[in-house]
Amino acid sequence: MRKFTVQSGLVMPLDRANVDTDFIIPKQFLKSIKRSGFGVNLFDEHRYLDKGEPGRDNSGRPLNPDFVMNQPRYKGASVLLARENFGCGSSREHAPWALDDYGFRIIIAPSYADIFFNNCFKNGILPIVLDRKIVDGLFAEVEAQEGYSLTVDLEKQVIIRPSGETIPFNVDSFRKYCLLNGLDDIGITLQDAEEIKTFESTWRKTSPWYFA
Amino acid sequence: MTGKTLYDKLWDSHLVKQRDDGTALIYIDRQLIHEVTSPQAFEGLRLAGRRPWRAESNFATPDHNIPTTKEERRQGLEGIRDPISRIQVTTLDDNCREFGIFELDMNDERQGIVHVVGPEQGATLPGMTIVCGDSHTSTHGALGALAHGIGTSEVEHVMATQCLLQTKMKNMLVRVDGRLNPGVTAKDIVLAIIGEIGTAGGTGYTIEFGGEAIRALSMEGRMTICNMAIEAGARAGLIAVDQTTLDYIKGKPFAPKGEMLEQAIAAWRGLVSDADAHFDRVVVIDAADIIPQVTWGTSPEMVAPITGEVPDPDKETDPSRRDNMKQALKYMGLTPGTKMTDIKLDCIFIGSCTNSRIEDLRAAAAVVKGRKVASSVEMALVVPGSGLVKKQAEAEGLDKIFIEAGLEWREPGCSMCLAMNADQLGAGKHCASTSNRNFEGRQGFGGRTHLVSPAMAAAAAVHGHFVDVRDILLNFDR
Repeated sequence: MRKFTVQSGLVMPLDRANVDTDFIIPKQFLKSIKRSGFGVNLFDEHRYLDKGEPGRDNSGRPLNPDFVMNQPRYKGASVLLARENFGCGSSREHAPWALDDYGFRIIIAPSYADIFFNNCFKNGILPIVLDRKIVDGLFAEVEAQEGYSLTVDLEKQVIIRPSGETIPFNVDSFRKYCLLNGLDDIGITLQDAEEIKTFESTWRKTSPWYFA
Repeated sequence: MTGKTLYDKLWDSHLVKQRDDGTALIYIDRQLIHEVTSPQAFEGLRLAGRRPWRAESNFATPDHNIPTTKEERRQGLEGIRDPISRIQVTTLDDNCREFGIFELDMNDERQGIVHVVGPEQGATLPGMTIVCGDSHTSTHGALGALAHGIGTSEVEHVMATQCLLQTKMKNMLVRVDGRLNPGVTAKDIVLAIIGEIGTAGGTGYTIEFGGEAIRALSMEGRMTICNMAIEAGARAGLIAVDQTTLDYIKGKPFAPKGEMLEQAIAAWRGLVSDADAHFDRVVVIDAADIIPQVTWGTSPEMVAPITGEVPDPDKETDPSRRDNMKQALKYMGLTPGTKMTDIKLDCIFIGSCTNSRIEDLRAAAAVVKGRKVASSVEMALVVPGSGLVKKQAEAEGLDKIFIEAGLEWREPGCSMCLAMNADQLGAGKHCASTSNRNFEGRQGFGGRTHLVSPAMAAAAAVHGHFVDVRDILLNFDR
């Protein structure tokens, strides 16, 4: 997995609560058997005016001028500022794959759905939880200042505003460790293979009906 | 010392290792697999040169991309017209063969929606930990199993290690006291619960559903409830084991038999929360207050009783919620103050992992029997959850009732719940759907979904608009 240490980037606001994973990547794109290439269809139903199909060339499709992503000032954004319960709905990891493929590395929101939140960490994306009032403040600042960027220092667990002011955030220590070092979970878990085997052999004896 | 909740017990019995940082390794007894979220996981194993830790703990069936017309199904894989869908289905077949994983392929009589097939085959058992790359894995909690949806990286992790890396959730009890009124079903209970606690109400919790009304439900009804725990934000829903659960298990192909079954039953009887268990949050609902529910918006929490009306966003004080309501009403093409019974339907969908089991089909058939689908309804689909549900329904003559009433009787699959196959809702069309999500575009680009129970969907099919199914059942047909 890609390491995450310090990242800076342009911020794109998505001012909408309960953004679900169908919103992030519509189901027709889930037919792919690959992990990459989802970025052009991120937020497809809102980003384009017509219906997208997998395998189709997206370059000639009509863009929705009202959707925030299509405003030139947010081109190249890598920080997504979002609202409550971001990523609710399906467990599709295609949602963080699409965000990542487009270029988003950081998400900031007051809350997330559990599965989506978890899926982000598996893909080197850092989802940050901030108090709703602070998020409100960031929305106002992004709106007011073109080219608004934030820097995130994961080691120090702070977001650095353009003014130099910092906002602290919490992150689970294990997930932080994995992100900082670019470690994938399987390798780490297999270091405990002996403990898994010991558990399994006991469990097989006490609950043989699960092994029949 | 306080007692343990059912969730505590399931967690403790599967805990391989607790780390100091709060994360834990949990042993997984069963992984269910479908074609959409597994290819990248298998590819990951291949690239790393890994084999499944315990291949026989995995159980696969394709469901999302599967066509549902007889003609298409007769042609086997060739019947999947979309080549990208077909590749996904054949990729599952190939992967299962390569890694030695049991699969009910699309031509197998037992194939169906993975969350219908698992319990039906006895691949889901009480006391198990179950995962699947699908958020509706919460369904299996109805059998007293700790079951939840995971992402594809975790699918690969479980295949490779037989464990899931987890942080323990908090405990929530949703107690539904008393008895339901006639015409009110499990679907109405769970929609009412989501309406009460919201789609993020269960985030960070495992929800145990209890109380007299839950105990009185069949296994099918319990699966409907737990299926939608994720719609309340909870990755896992649970219902304690009782005689209803044990009776359901007996005779299932993958379930233990004979003496081993007796031993298992003795252990499973303990799969209930202790009387003095502590829950971090308790929500109490009176079953008698629940009225058949209909969603009006683009989130399952945007729900009203059939006797109600579309709410007015301007009366909502929270600005974020107000904006959400306005966006939803714009998308749905609905005006505040519209009576729920005045919402007209273009399409009816009876199916999905929420409501495609035999009891659901019986409830819908009872409503449409001897009646006709309204002429204004363009499409009305009944999609059984599995080949075995279909067979049972046909043995009971339910297929004939649906066909005579003007509904289409289809082959099993996920179908129009998420429209990954050819069954799609048209733009701007309103659909009474027994599925679980009414998100924008969920059932088709621009489609407008209203979530209801099977009986309510059937009643809407007959009338062309929503009606209170209680009136029909009481013979006050309007």
